[in-house]
Amino acid sequence: MGLMDLTAVELGKKIKAHEVSVIEAVMEAIAAIEEKDGMLGCFVTVAKEQALERAKTVQRQIDEGILTGPLAGVPVAVKDNMCTEGIRTTCSSKILENFVPGYTAEAVAKLEAAGAVILGKTNMDEFAMGSTTETSAFGVTRNPWNPQHVPGGSSGGSCAAVAAGECSFALGSDTGGSIRQPSSFCGVTGIKPTYGTVSRYGLIAYGSSLDQIGPVAKDVTDCAVIMETIAGHDTKDSTSIPRDSYDFVSALEDDVKGMRIGLPRDYFSEGLDEEVKTAVYKAAETLREKGAVVEEFDLGLVDYAIPAYYVIASAEASSNLERFDGVKYGHRAKEPEGLHNMYKMTRSEGFGPEVKRRIMLGSFVLSSGYYDAYYLKALRTKALIKKEFDKAFETYDIILGPTAPTTAPKLGESLSDPLKMYLGDIYTISVNLAGLPGISLPCGTDSRGLPIGLQLIGDCFKENNIIRAAYAYECSRKEQEG
Amino acid sequence: MAQYETVIGLEVHVELATKTKIFCGCSTEFGGAPNTHTCPVCTGMPGSLPVLNKQVVEYAMAVGLATNCTITQYCKFDRKNYFYPDNPQNYQISQLYLPICRNGKVEINTGNSKKFIGIHEIHMEEDAGKLIHDEWEDCSLVDYNRSGVPLIEIVSEPDMRSAEEVIAYLEKLRLIIQYLGASDCKLNEGSMRADVNLSVREAGTEKLGTRTEMKNLNSFKAIARAIENERERQIELIEEGKTVVQETRRWDDNKEYSYAMRSKEDAKDYRYFPDPDLVPIQISDQWIDQVRSRQPEFRDEKKERYVREYCIPEYDADIITASKKMADLFEASVTLGGNAKKVSNYLMGETMRLLKEHEMEPEDIGFSPENLTKLIGLIDGGTINSSVAKEVFEKIFLEDIDPEHYVEEHGLKMNNDEGGLRTVIEEVIAGNPQSVADFRNGKEKAMGFLVGQTMKATGGKANPGMVNKILRELLNK
Amino acid sequence: MEHIISDDTIDYVGILAKLELSPEEKQQAKKDMGRMLDYIDKLNELDTEDVEPMSHVFSSVNVFREDIVTNSDEHEKMLANAPAVKDGSFKVPKTVQ
Repeated sequence: MGLMDLTAVELGKKIKAHEVSVIEAVMEAIAAIEEKDGMLGCFVTVAKEQALERAKTVQRQIDEGILTGPLAGVPVAVKDNMCTEGIRTTCSSKILENFVPGYTAEAVAKLEAAGAVILGKTNMDEFAMGSTTETSAFGVTRNPWNPQHVPGGSSGGSCAAVAAGECSFALGSDTGGSIRQPSSFCGVTGIKPTYGTVSRYGLIAYGSSLDQIGPVAKDVTDCAVIMETIAGHDTKDSTSIPRDSYDFVSALEDDVKGMRIGLPRDYFSEGLDEEVKTAVYKAAETLREKGAVVEEFDLGLVDYAIPAYYVIASAEASSNLERFDGVKYGHRAKEPEGLHNMYKMTRSEGFGPEVKRRIMLGSFVLSSGYYDAYYLKALRTKALIKKEFDKAFETYDIILGPTAPTTAPKLGESLSDPLKMYLGDIYTISVNLAGLPGISLPCGTDSRGLPIGLQLIGDCFKENNIIRAAYAYECSRKEQEG
Repeated sequence: MAQYETVIGLEVHVELATKTKIFCGCSTEFGGAPNTHTCPVCTGMPGSLPVLNKQVVEYAMAVGLATNCTITQYCKFDRKNYFYPDNPQNYQISQLYLPICRNGKVEINTGNSKKFIGIHEIHMEEDAGKLIHDEWEDCSLVDYNRSGVPLIEIVSEPDMRSAEEVIAYLEKLRLIIQYLGASDCKLNEGSMRADVNLSVREAGTEKLGTRTEMKNLNSFKAIARAIENERERQIELIEEGKTVVQETRRWDDNKEYSYAMRSKEDAKDYRYFPDPDLVPIQISDQWIDQVRSRQPEFRDEKKERYVREYCIPEYDADIITASKKMADLFEASVTLGGNAKKVSNYLMGETMRLLKEHEMEPEDIGFSPENLTKLIGLIDGGTINSSVAKEVFEKIFLEDIDPEHYVEEHGLKMNNDEGGLRTVIEEVIAGNPQSVADFRNGKEKAMGFLVGQTMKATGGKANPGMVNKILRELLNK
Repeated sequence: MEHIISDDTIDYVGILAKLELSPEEKQQAKKDMGRMLDYIDKLNELDTEDVEPMSHVFSSVNVFREDIVTNSDEHEKMLANAPAVKDGSFKVPKTVQ
């Protein structure tokens, strides 16, 4: 078994015990990248020299007893929408092709402080807009389970890299399902934390009120440990919420006795692939067998989340992406005639079709005469959706369902019909609208051998409920697989 | 020709006197090499996030309370979206839907009449960077040092009818804000900027005419000229049967005319929406009370107190309190032991004269109350005479020198050596027999000439009282 | 399709968003936007009359910083990614005619 087959925590232990050096771990990850990434395309930028340099420093700090945490020396891949000082950060967009930030995103800085070694930056849908990682300006990422299929998106590069063993774990970001859906497609585990739990400072914004950074890893334990490292109140992010506790590891208990689990009927209705449905029900059954109280209920408003999301996310994105104008950084059109031409040419050349589509939609819904009808209407719908979840969490500790209606589609199947692609986010999007935490973890494979994801949704600030249930389920699955 | 009434409302931008910018920890210091007071936040770098400076909220509340506004106890920031290079995010963080202050008023005084000008709202926002148009190349240069400097925008009701009222209103606002210490309000440096919304209508009618907005007004004079010019332009259009177009115009004070700032690329559709990166502000009654209790003494109270406490004439108190800087200087000097009336005289007389001579505003005064007080002490103690004092004060005004050192260094002390002075005067008398004769024949004027000659011979340092005494004594012998 | 997006609307949104679309892109954009708006119209099925618009999920308020200078001169870093620089400033096409 290679070092990249270990979980992050297992590798961290070996490094701490001096069974493996940091350099060895990093070299092994880089060897895996060099071997596989030409085909998979998980990385936009591999920071090999920096990683090797950093490995030496981290090793020294481990030896000196300065770094003692579980992630010290563990190689990590970071989604390319998080700023990394001195490492190119592109958002998989031509408009940021050569952007090298002078500052590091808070979540990444926290990982570095814990001794994790950044290998490079992972591919994604351009500006996180997409569900397949096919809208990247730097080529597609392929699903390690079957390279003819997409890895999902937008954190497709991060999830595929973890699945392929090109890193020990990764960071992703989730605005409408962008961690959970590719985790599901790639057979890895990913958490979208409660809004405000992980700082957004240095995360290049898509939909500011929805974006959260979270872990992508091989198992639930890794996710909990990474959460503990990256979560925390940050005074640089006004939407960061101070929490009483950032202890997630203590939730790793194989015990769901008495836990109340709700299955929304609408999450198992029309549009859900039969094999996915069977696997998810089976997972629910496993938890019931372990003592959880599992029942079906009506969540309500499930069908309104996607339209509300596309209004809100596109509106925020249209404003967030105005700063990409060729003045301060990034691409600038050659010899434009006058200021406004520079803006228009720069942006038209720099953004891809999906980004343009959402900017156009977002600009329209905010424009004079439409703000009330679209934007405010969507914000009111969001309030109603939040209320539906509040009601559900009066009865249930967690909500269980599929992460996505299907397993990973084939490359090229999704982009021809954007609306159809958007519908694939039906189970994940409302979680972002309501600010809730959600986890996706593997619960089997379909007849084509592609992974199926189980989604657990918790109430705000109740990550520990979903971590506990996920851990308990994972324990059973490991036993079954023996 | 019909009689027309001018209807004017103002949008006044004021840069707040905080140490740091509204959303980041960069200095707000004026000047500095381009982009040296910038960070990822105020240059719109991807991933950067704003965090609100509490002092901005307090200043905005203070101005709102001083202008009789209602404080919006739950207010928010919105994004105003438009592309321009001085605006690094291509949206400005401002307040549209829930501005921090609403429904205020201030009283203005023009000639003999008093009048209230309504304040529609005051909102907080960030300033833009500065664009410099390169003279050598066909390009512009962007400096973000000013980007993110906190502003309040004070939007009046269309309650003004003349340039005189506009200026009275601006003077009033300026004084209030200066007294609060919320801004220095310098029009020439742009820390106070006024945009004029103006329309005309036939006298006696109720309906408002179409208004234009005039920008780039950098002095009270420019404001007065622009108002007159725009009023005439609109009346002319109406008289010719044309229509006034609602538009933004830019005033060129050198050419004394304005032109429309129009472009088909500017849709003027700002797509305001609540900024998701900032949380709302909740202002409790206690917080309002706290800010209210810290409000300073304003001009009218101060004026009364000066007359009462320092026994200076009302006339003096009025002039001194017309500027916060002057009033502060006055009080500090008196506290340091300066005689109130003498301090007042220096401020109203020599200081005003020098300000005018150097085309400066009272806010530009750079000397310390210590040095003014010392100077008055030197005069009172008979160390220097009044003509030397005038010379020394100019030095204080321009360079804030220490008058005690200066007098010592330059040997300007009054000559009180009676024996030496007697010798000099004897020489003057001997050298001017004609004047001596004139005096003795009853020509009092000759005395002045002889005093002058004596002062000249002593380099201006002689004690004038002593000169007079000795001269009379010797001449009457 | 309920929503027919006109050429004028697409041109207008293009001005707002500073995007110049080719004739083909424009046709596609009209179709895409129309379809999305049709879909978004689903929201009109909901009665939201008495619902406050929710821009933030949490009711947190009053996040401030103190008025203390924390940043120093880093203009070189700020200018490092600029496509064009002159005299320590970002260089852009002339902004006034």
